[in-house]
Parts: sequence; structure tokens; C-alpha cells
Amino acid sequence: MNSSNGGSQAVRIEAVSKVFGEGEGRVVALDNVTVGIRQNEFFTLLGPSGCGKTTLLRLIAGFEHPTGGEILLEGADISALPPYARPVNTVFQSYALFPHMTVAQNIGFGLEMLGKPRAEIDRTVDDMLQLVKMTELKDRHTNQISGGQQQRVALARALAPHPKVLLLDEPLSALDLKLRKEMQIELKRLQNETGITFVFVTHDQEEALTMSDQIAVMNNGKILQVGAPRDIYDHPADRFVAQFIGETNFLTAELASRGKSGTQVKLPSGKSVAAALPADGRTQGLVTVVVRPEHARLTKVKSKAALTGTLENIVYFGTDTHYHLQLEDKTPFIVREQNQPDGQAPYREGDQLGIEIGADAVQVLRD
Amino acid sequence: MADAARSPKAFSLKRQPGFSSLAIACFLMLYAPIVVLVLYSFNAGTSIAIWEGFSWRWYEAAWQNEQIKDAATRSLIVAACATTVATTVATLAGLATTRTGKFRGQTAVFAIINQPLMVPEIVTAVALLIFFAIIKVATGYTGLVYLIAAHAAFCIPFAYLPIRARLEGMDLTLEHAAADLYATPWKTFRRVTLPLLWPGILAGAMLAFVISLDDVVITEFVKTAGQDTLPTYMLGQLRRVVTPEINAISTVFLAISVVLVCIFFFLNRKG
Repeated sequence: MNSSNGGSQAVRIEAVSKVFGEGEGRVVALDNVTVGIRQNEFFTLLGPSGCGKTTLLRLIAGFEHPTGGEILLEGADISALPPYARPVNTVFQSYALFPHMTVAQNIGFGLEMLGKPRAEIDRTVDDMLQLVKMTELKDRHTNQISGGQQQRVALARALAPHPKVLLLDEPLSALDLKLRKEMQIELKRLQNETGITFVFVTHDQEEALTMSDQIAVMNNGKILQVGAPRDIYDHPADRFVAQFIGETNFLTAELASRGKSGTQVKLPSGKSVAAALPADGRTQGLVTVVVRPEHARLTKVKSKAALTGTLENIVYFGTDTHYHLQLEDKTPFIVREQNQPDGQAPYREGDQLGIEIGADAVQVLRD
Repeated sequence: MADAARSPKAFSLKRQPGFSSLAIACFLMLYAPIVVLVLYSFNAGTSIAIWEGFSWRWYEAAWQNEQIKDAATRSLIVAACATTVATTVATLAGLATTRTGKFRGQTAVFAIINQPLMVPEIVTAVALLIFFAIIKVATGYTGLVYLIAAHAAFCIPFAYLPIRARLEGMDLTLEHAAADLYATPWKTFRRVTLPLLWPGILAGAMLAFVISLDDVVITEFVKTAGQDTLPTYMLGQLRRVVTPEINAISTVFLAISVVLVCIFFFLNRKG
């Protein structure tokens, strides 16, 4: 799936496990995780709380040490190094700015600890202040600036020593929606300008989709799928991934033999459609397939449609409308259609409708 | 009903009948004796109960009394040394009990550190008297170190409490952030933990200083002849003639304590 390409990898997590406690209170936070993060990549660890994403980040930072496995930074094993000996920096969820120092002193702290000459520290701090647009506030104390400004200072402080990898632990979760959207764009800009590898932890799927080059979806201490946002969204390989990201329809289908035009699955309606297979799924028998609500269309011509069902509920959302249907085998199915300017609702509750499924819209799950 | 509409506020103790008179009675009981004491320190006569006009004479007398100066100097030396030792030990104990993971017997450790607060002072005093007597016989040394050691011992919990409170209130992530930014454990302590802990250390030191300055029981048992501190000197004087000189010394003591407590309060509020 994710070929190990040691040379261009900034971080390589190799069979890493982390167990807290022992005996009855034993908690497996990470279960044999292997993943590679490429240079200059915006890499996101996405998952619900308690999935192990923050533990993985803390292992890279060095605040925790793995129970098993290796953490490689540009090919060198750093598993045994203390945090202060690792060329990685962290933006903490709570920012953790030093309250007894000014903005400029906070930003310069890392360089000072590295023993850089004063002139170089001052120069870098000025550059960083400019980068995060905080030059005017450099002499303020950290309790005299707003939450969004503290966020910028925390970023500048972590970027100033020019780490090989920047770790971000849900840094936007304390901001309000508007500020969060601004900071999402700002973070992308900073990553482009500095060329530093970002490892970003979040539980917000939208944040992950909009910002990342690669997303690793985690649950129960395991990485379930790694891929580009589009891959993860369009081709979820796992039931959890499909459920966690966006809305989706689950159907049971039977794998038909592979033809020239790829794999075909036989839907409960008896119709066969083309489907994408996960890399390590089964190749025959009954499987679960997923179809995104916006990849399906309603039609009044039932004979050609892949599925047929009864329209039960219409939910109007402004930009689009969600049609809740019940298929013949009682499975619920949602179709999302963009609203048209004519303002007419084309269907009524109780209508018997056909559902057309777009090309490449059916994804087979691994389970 | 109209009443309820007019006062929708919750129950308040302040509005109960008799609240203010009770409060005033309590304050009178606490402070009236002190006010009398301060007042009579300015008495022109030799009595501590009959007012004969205003004068500074007892302050002058106290200032010129060599015994008082001697005892005051000793008190300050003992308090300063004991405070330094107690605050250092309390800071280390504070770090050890808040910056490590939970360990077996942690509660026992807290109990041991706070032991002087719970064991009756007289028990500690007798124990120290016997213990130091053995050492005195063995070494022949009879200097101030015994007093300093005894004071340091009972000052530790007083210094420990504000320091620990401060450490517990401190965000541990700050220390992680320092380590993340290449600060070694020692540099993290010096550049982040210590500056943030400083108000707690000062508060602890000041508490320890006041407690040491004030001590009678343990000092009385541990001191050798000619090692009077100000409180034990005053106690000795009370057995002979009581003049407003005692009031004058007490008033100065009170003033010093009030100033220290005020500094303590402001430091804590700022932190």
C-alpha cells in the first residue's frame, strides 16, 4: 500500500506499539503501527479521540517512548533520544507559551537553547514575526494577546529553529470557526513557504480533507488507511474510514468475476455495476460496498437504474437536498442532489424512484 | 409574592439578622487586645494598664537595651538561616512530589513532610532536646547550629505548602514545550520552572521566616544558656517586671509581620 521509500521519507514509523499500564489497567494506545511520512508533506493523523493519534505524535516528539518498534527520522532511529535532542518541534493544543516571556523571547527560546549567536537569533525572530504577521506585538507578554495571536506565536516559536518535522497537536481546536478557517489557510501557506514536513493531528475530517497532502485515518490504536484526501473520501477501504469521513451508503453486494472493464459487483437489485476493490480485500463472495450520496442520482425511469426504492424523506439544505430512500430490501439509502434555481421540488415523498450510480462511485470495503 | 418579585437574588448570609453584630463581636475579640497592646506601647508611665499620656520612651528604652538587641540579632540570624535551609528543602520536596509519576507511598511522603504541622510542638521540642543533648555530649559543640536545625525542621512544611500549590497549578506542558525546544532538563528548570515557581518560593520563605521568628516552645527547649531569641527573652522578662517595653517590642514585631504578610499577599495575587 505505502511503499517504504527510505530516502525521501522524513519520518518512518516502523511496527511501533505503545502500551500504558500493566495487568488489568493495560491500555494499548498504539498497536503495531507502520507508516511513512514523506519530505515536505502535510501529513494528517485523523481519528476520534482516544484513537492513538496524539500518542503517535508524542512518540515522534519524544514525550513518550515506544513499547516496541522504531521511529526513524530521515533514516536515523530516534526512539531512544530525549525530546531536547530531536530536531522536531511541536505546536501544542494549549499553545504552552511561556507566560514570563515576551512574544519575541518565546520565539527565540529554541534558538537560544541551541546556542545560536545573538545576531542570528534576532534575525530569525524578526523573520518569524513577519511570517506570522506579529511584528507589532513582539514585546507584549503572552497573556496580553488574543487566542488567535497566541496560536501564531506558538507556530512561530516551533518554526524558528527550522525543525526537520513540525508536529501540530489539534492546534486549531481552541479557535472559533471563522478564525479556524483563516488559520487553516495560514497553516497551508506556512507549510508551502517553509518547506517543512508537517504532521498534523485532528479529529475534524473537514480540516483533514482541506489541508492535507496525505491522511492517515486511525482508530483503536491502528492506522486503517493512508492516502490523499480524494483517495480516502472516494475510495475508503475500511468500514470505519467510510463512516468517519463524510456521509455514505452501505450496501451488501456480491463480487462478480473481473472482466476487461474491471471488477463488477452484483447489487441486491440484481443489477451489476463496476466497483473499485481495496488493495487487500477479498476477491469473491459477499462484500460491503459504499456509495457516497452525491455520487448517486434519482431518476423516474426505473428500468435502467442500478437500484430502486421508495422516497421516504426529503431534507432541504439550501445548496442541496438530501433524499432518504428505502430500497426494496429495506436498506436505507441517501441521495444528495444539488438544488436548481427553478426552486421546484422534483420528487415527492412516497414516490417509487430509480437510483443511478455514477461511474467509479462504488467502492468495495475490506471487511 | 411581591416580596419574592423584588428580591429574586439567592439566599445570602449577609442579610440574615444578627450577622453584622456577630461579625463585629468576632473582630473585636480578635483585635481589641492587640489594639490595647499597641496603644500601651506608647504609654508615658510604667504601667501596662494605666494610661499616663503619649511617649516614645519605651521604644527608646528597647532600642538601647543591649539584651534586646542581642536577642533580636540572634532571632534574625536563626530565622534567616532556617528559612534558607527550609525553603531549599521544601522546593526540592515540592519538585519531587509533583514532577514524578505517582509512586507507592506518596501519601506517606506527604504525611512525613507535613509531620511538624501535626505532631504537638512540645513532643518535637522534647525529642530535639534529648537528641541534641546526645550530640552535644559527643561533640562538645554548643553553637547556634542546633537552633537553626530545629527551626529549619519545623519551617519546612510551611515553606512546602505554597511551593507545592504553585507547582501543582503550573502547566506541565510548559516544561514539555521547553524540552521540545532543545532545553536540557537543567535549562528547563532554570529558564521555565524556576521563574514561574519564584512567587511560590518567596511566599514559602516568608511564611517560614515569620514562623521561625515567632517560635517559643522549641527554642526554649533547644537553646543553651545565653542563646535567647526575642520571643524567649520576652517570656523571661514577663517573669520579672512587666513594663510597656514589652508592648513596644511586640508592636515592632507585629509591624514586621504585617508587612511580610502584605508582601506575601501581593506576590501571590500577582502570580
